[in-house]
Amino acid sequence: MTTATSHAIGGAVPRQRSGPAAMAHDSWVVAKRNLRRMTRIPEIVVFGLMQPVMFVLLFSYVMGGAIRIPGAQSSSSTYTQFLMAGIFAQTVTFAVAGASAGIAEDMTKGLVDRFRSLPMTRSAVLVGRTLADLVQTAFTLLVLAMVALLVGWRIHEGFPKALAAFGLLLLLGYAFSWIGALIGLSVRSPEAATSAGLIWLFPLTFISNAFVPVSSMPSWLQPIAYWNPFSATVQACRELFGNQVGPTPDSWPMEHAVVVSVVWSIVIMAFFSWLSVRKYRSAVG
Amino acid sequence: MAPAIQAENLVKTFGDVRALDGVSLDVPEGTVLGLLGPNGAGKTTTVRVLTTLLRPDSGRATVAGVDVLKHPNKVRSLIGLSGQYAAVDEYLTGRENLQMVGELYQMTPRDAKARALELLEWFNLTEAMDRTAKTYSGGMRRRLDLAAALVVRPPVMFLDEPTTGLDPRNRLALWEVIETLVEQGTTLLLTTQYLEEADRLAHDIAVVDHGKVIARGTADELKAQIGGERVEVVVHERGDVTEALAALAPYAKGDPAVEKNTRKITVPVSGGAKVLADVIRELDSRSIEIDDIGLRRPTLDDVFLSLTGHATEAADTDEEQQSPAKGRKGHGKDA
Repeated sequence: MTTATSHAIGGAVPRQRSGPAAMAHDSWVVAKRNLRRMTRIPEIVVFGLMQPVMFVLLFSYVMGGAIRIPGAQSSSSTYTQFLMAGIFAQTVTFAVAGASAGIAEDMTKGLVDRFRSLPMTRSAVLVGRTLADLVQTAFTLLVLAMVALLVGWRIHEGFPKALAAFGLLLLLGYAFSWIGALIGLSVRSPEAATSAGLIWLFPLTFISNAFVPVSSMPSWLQPIAYWNPFSATVQACRELFGNQVGPTPDSWPMEHAVVVSVVWSIVIMAFFSWLSVRKYRSAVG
Repeated sequence: MAPAIQAENLVKTFGDVRALDGVSLDVPEGTVLGLLGPNGAGKTTTVRVLTTLLRPDSGRATVAGVDVLKHPNKVRSLIGLSGQYAAVDEYLTGRENLQMVGELYQMTPRDAKARALELLEWFNLTEAMDRTAKTYSGGMRRRLDLAAALVVRPPVMFLDEPTTGLDPRNRLALWEVIETLVEQGTTLLLTTQYLEEADRLAHDIAVVDHGKVIARGTADELKAQIGGERVEVVVHERGDVTEALAALAPYAKGDPAVEKNTRKITVPVSGGAKVLADVIRELDSRSIEIDDIGLRRPTLDDVFLSLTGHATEAADTDEEQQSPAKGRKGHGKDA
């Protein structure tokens, strides 16, 4: 190591920020870091894309012919229209796994200690992570939408409404990434975090209107499926895309899907971000 | 002047374990305190409390005059922490890592960038600065981690086992950096299990065991605490041992110890080099052939052993650290 010349202490005078400005700045620095990581490990982004693309192809070509939507002629192209909102919504919820694995990794690798020893906003580590996941989710949605167009999916209510639908999807994805953050903080091993992040998503996304009409489920299961936060977003997207096949299901949350979707997402986000930030603050690593 | 680091009666329990059982210490400005102890003694927990990573159950602490519990964020802008394992993002380049830390210290992007380049040069990482840290060797990661702790030229630094797992060459290089920092006025709290390291770097040593400071002083004071020097003689012929004991008797300040197999006699003495010269003359006049002779002052190992009743060998329990363990030396007694 060469001799030091200008390394006397007390040189840099840090700028002082406080409140929301500090929080926004620090979150942005952390988000930038996580986005950079994603470009360095493109496998994660690629595999994150492959899964939903595979679902689109398998569901529309393999299962589509067999699934009957009430009030519509059964055909795989009808099913594709029905299916896409479900696939989109399922894809955004998978952001959970990214957030939980990423945060668990930071916790185990000692990087969180570095962050916690810096004069930065506490929650920025989590906000930065979830924001980076949001960017990744948006990218995935974009690619997925193009694949969907290729297999025959169409929007029928105009571009602004379609954008609104994507907005709802991103909101849901962002809310869910906070669940992922909490899982990542609780599990503390990246491997465990990945499976813990995904396992509960299967019942959540399948006991819903995403892949089959809820009316085909046993009657005791139907209210659960209709009140599932996930179903509200799926139904809202179907409406906004103009993909509703047959009549709107006769259930309150389905009849007010857009509002219910927004409310659910905000409630989930508020609750889980509060829990996560609290857990992060008190984490003993 | 108030000490740069001051802790009073820190207590922290994890379940049934009393990790800190009333730790008090103070580090005057511009000095180095070595926190010496085996794994699990409470060294890291002490550092975590002082660097605001952990709240103690009770006790108080100040760093650079700022209360750690009341104004943690203020403390964070005054300290640098380099931990037991390199806390760098392995998917970022060396330069990006330092720049990110700079920006999180609230430096402008331009300042953060300039500072990053400066540090990379100082730490001999300029060539590797645009490679991801994943490709770095263990020594390079440690250097990067230490550089990250120096981004704002903090007046108070905490180094938690900075050289654990490093090979001798990298260890020496890090020592030199640390010495430079201290020359420039940085106050340093250093934890280590290596006596050699504490001996070389620290002005003052606090020996920690079971969450308590069990001894405090300079290396020399601690050594003096467990008694003075000894003369060690290895005679050539086993039959000469008795004769040699007789020759040493007038100089002995205590009972001699004899190891028959190695023909080694150890006698407590006082008087330093002069005694050694006298002993040599005496042995020579009796025509006792010797293989080796020396004046041995107690090492910190001896100090540790006599204070705690167990040796410091604990390095083999930290395998979970991800820093490459190759080149780790068994740090036994240095004679």
